[in-house]
Amino acid sequence: MPNVEIPVEKWIGSIRPITLGATTAEGGTRSQTVTIGGEKTLPFLGFEGKAPNRPRIAVEVRATNPAADWPAPLVTAWGDVLGDLAAWTRAAEGTDGDIIVLQLSANDNNGQKMTGAKARAALRTVLKTTGLPVIVFGVGQAELDNELLVAAAEEGAGERLVLGPCEDKNYRTIVAAALANGHLVTSRTPMDVNLSKQLTVLIHDMGMPLERIIVDPTTGALGYGIEYGYSVMERLRVAALQGDGMTQQPMIVTPGEEAWRTKEARAGEGVPVAWGDWAARAVNWEAMTAATLVESGANIVVMRHPEAVGRVKKMIGELMTA
Amino acid sequence: MALSGLDIYKLLPGGQKPPHPKANCKECGFPTCLAFAMKLAAKQAELAACKYVSDEAKAKLSAAAAPPIRLITLSADGRKIEVGNETVLFRHEKTFFHPAAIMVRVPDTLSAAEIAKLAKAAADYKVDYVGMALQLDGLAVEAASGDANQFAEAVAAVRGACAMPLVLVTEDPGLMAAGLVKTAGVTPLLCAATAANWEAMAKLAKEAKAPLAVRADSIAGLAELTEKLVAAGVEDLVLDPAVRSFSGSLQTVTQLRRLALKKNYRPVGYPLITFPYLGISDPALEELLAGQQVAKYAGFVVLSKFDPAMIYPLLVLRANLFTDPQKPIQVEPGVYPINRPTADAPVMVTTNFSITYFAVANEVESSGLPGWLLVADAEGMSVLTAWAAGKFDAEKIAKTVKNTGIAEKVSHRKVVIPGHVAVLMGELEEELPGWQIKVGPREAVDLPRYLKTAW
Repeated sequence: MPNVEIPVEKWIGSIRPITLGATTAEGGTRSQTVTIGGEKTLPFLGFEGKAPNRPRIAVEVRATNPAADWPAPLVTAWGDVLGDLAAWTRAAEGTDGDIIVLQLSANDNNGQKMTGAKARAALRTVLKTTGLPVIVFGVGQAELDNELLVAAAEEGAGERLVLGPCEDKNYRTIVAAALANGHLVTSRTPMDVNLSKQLTVLIHDMGMPLERIIVDPTTGALGYGIEYGYSVMERLRVAALQGDGMTQQPMIVTPGEEAWRTKEARAGEGVPVAWGDWAARAVNWEAMTAATLVESGANIVVMRHPEAVGRVKKMIGELMTA
Repeated sequence: MALSGLDIYKLLPGGQKPPHPKANCKECGFPTCLAFAMKLAAKQAELAACKYVSDEAKAKLSAAAAPPIRLITLSADGRKIEVGNETVLFRHEKTFFHPAAIMVRVPDTLSAAEIAKLAKAAADYKVDYVGMALQLDGLAVEAASGDANQFAEAVAAVRGACAMPLVLVTEDPGLMAAGLVKTAGVTPLLCAATAANWEAMAKLAKEAKAPLAVRADSIAGLAELTEKLVAAGVEDLVLDPAVRSFSGSLQTVTQLRRLALKKNYRPVGYPLITFPYLGISDPALEELLAGQQVAKYAGFVVLSKFDPAMIYPLLVLRANLFTDPQKPIQVEPGVYPINRPTADAPVMVTTNFSITYFAVANEVESSGLPGWLLVADAEGMSVLTAWAAGKFDAEKIAKTVKNTGIAEKVSHRKVVIPGHVAVLMGELEEELPGWQIKVGPREAVDLPRYLKTAW
């Protein structure tokens, strides 16, 4: 047989390892921690370099019942736990997820505005119920997020939570709260390599160690611009391996949120027959979105449907062998 | 991959060691051999201008001009698919050119009626995505029965039911010959030649003038086979790397693509065929492995079944990843009436990125509510991206409102902007005196509710 010499890239950079969660010995109450990053090669190319930590799946739970907004396949999958944060957290822990995301909402179950005190209570419930590392996401409104995330940061002091998203117009308060209470942050920028680097620099300049910044380069769902997120992530990974220090943060993306707001996931009636069975298509939409992002370099994917979580987890397992 | 100017220089008289007597003779019209080489690399000169270049160098240079991954065509009754000719590892480096052909397996163990039904369903499958008609590309008929007659009947049943390009799947040359008899009108891909059968398969491929897939579980094994087949006169080849798992497939196809593009290693310079259903531990993972292979780097992907809920996402993924990053799909800027709007219907503005446009237009359309959709020329970017890039600012929105002449079509002076650019409200009020700026939802999906309650 011909002697074929396989081209191997000699990368000089690597992704920064980051640990989520703190055990009792480390000042928190988590029963386990999760470490991401550390890759010295492009995703899953074991012949070329080491990837010591597998990509992780974070499963979303909420204190405010989303059943009225979420489409039937998603609501049915979780059932009654959607109205009970502790039960939902337990159920989420029972999926193949590795991390729990507490997604805060602008209003509580009674339609009242969310407050710092309510956010604290919700986080307390989640922390009491699960031993997994926890991410707390704000609602995306600057003023309200500052109130909610500062409260969450204090409530979870020492837990090495991840707080986010920090965006260019709204990061100082969240970063300060994370710094003061020993947490991590996500740095979210709209699908652009340079904007991602820039916000990492700004957050780092506030004194936040790079070992505590996870970037969210933002993604679109399958069919709704996923190729932009996909290519930005591939470019960030290549730049990181080539040694660009400000692109070496692990990446988190939110395929669950993106996929479940597409018409393909939401609409069961009045859609073409060629779209196929609603529930199957909807789960496929989320799984395919998440899987594609994992293969372009995501370290954490935030997901919603237990079945999609299970599939992507299995896929990651098969990609990490050999 | 094309040779660099320096690579070419080494093949010219000036680059020889010891120097050729005619080194830097200037007869080509350039001052030095190096200057000539640079022009050749830039395709601004013809090699024929040098009278002293050796035949060996000529052969090397013309070989280097051939595409590093051969273009393979499958055709049937006027329908044809082309794969190969790719030039990059990442779509952001340039673009992926020929979308992976997505095909459905047809085992010959099904009854003739079942086969006809399956073939027809696959051939008729068509789904609209942002104005593009997405379709399946072909059928892979597999001699699963091991019986020549049955295989021939299955191929005949498929041909009777549809006009799709075909792959014939068997490692038995006798069965392959039986199937080939029934393929009049089609140039099928024969799959596959192996170390054991390649001579007989080569003969069949040559007689049928059909491309031939080679199957081996190592890159060296594939290269050995293609070298033998090229020597035997079969040039249209496809590789079937029989390393099928998520991990094995990704690593193998990456190595193959790198060898073809970065090392210009001809023995693997062919498109790939994959069978994702053979590489999974759980049937639910077929779509994810198929998706991985569409992204990295299959030319043909054969699915185990016809299931629209799996095919639609996969076709959309393919459409997304094979979009030229330099040319996002755009719609024409202007005013789009939806559901027969009248003078009091809402006016909404968005960008001309096709996905953005279709997301918004679909929502309004399916709500049944009439509306005027203004599409701004944001250079084909989505709302957030265009806003971040300064292509969807107050000035641009104001210009769109003015240039589309919407003021003459409606009796009110209200315009809804996407919630993501709520910050533009103040500025826009200055740019559009007399207009009331209303902030709509961030996501198109929430538009119907907004139009019902807040307009």
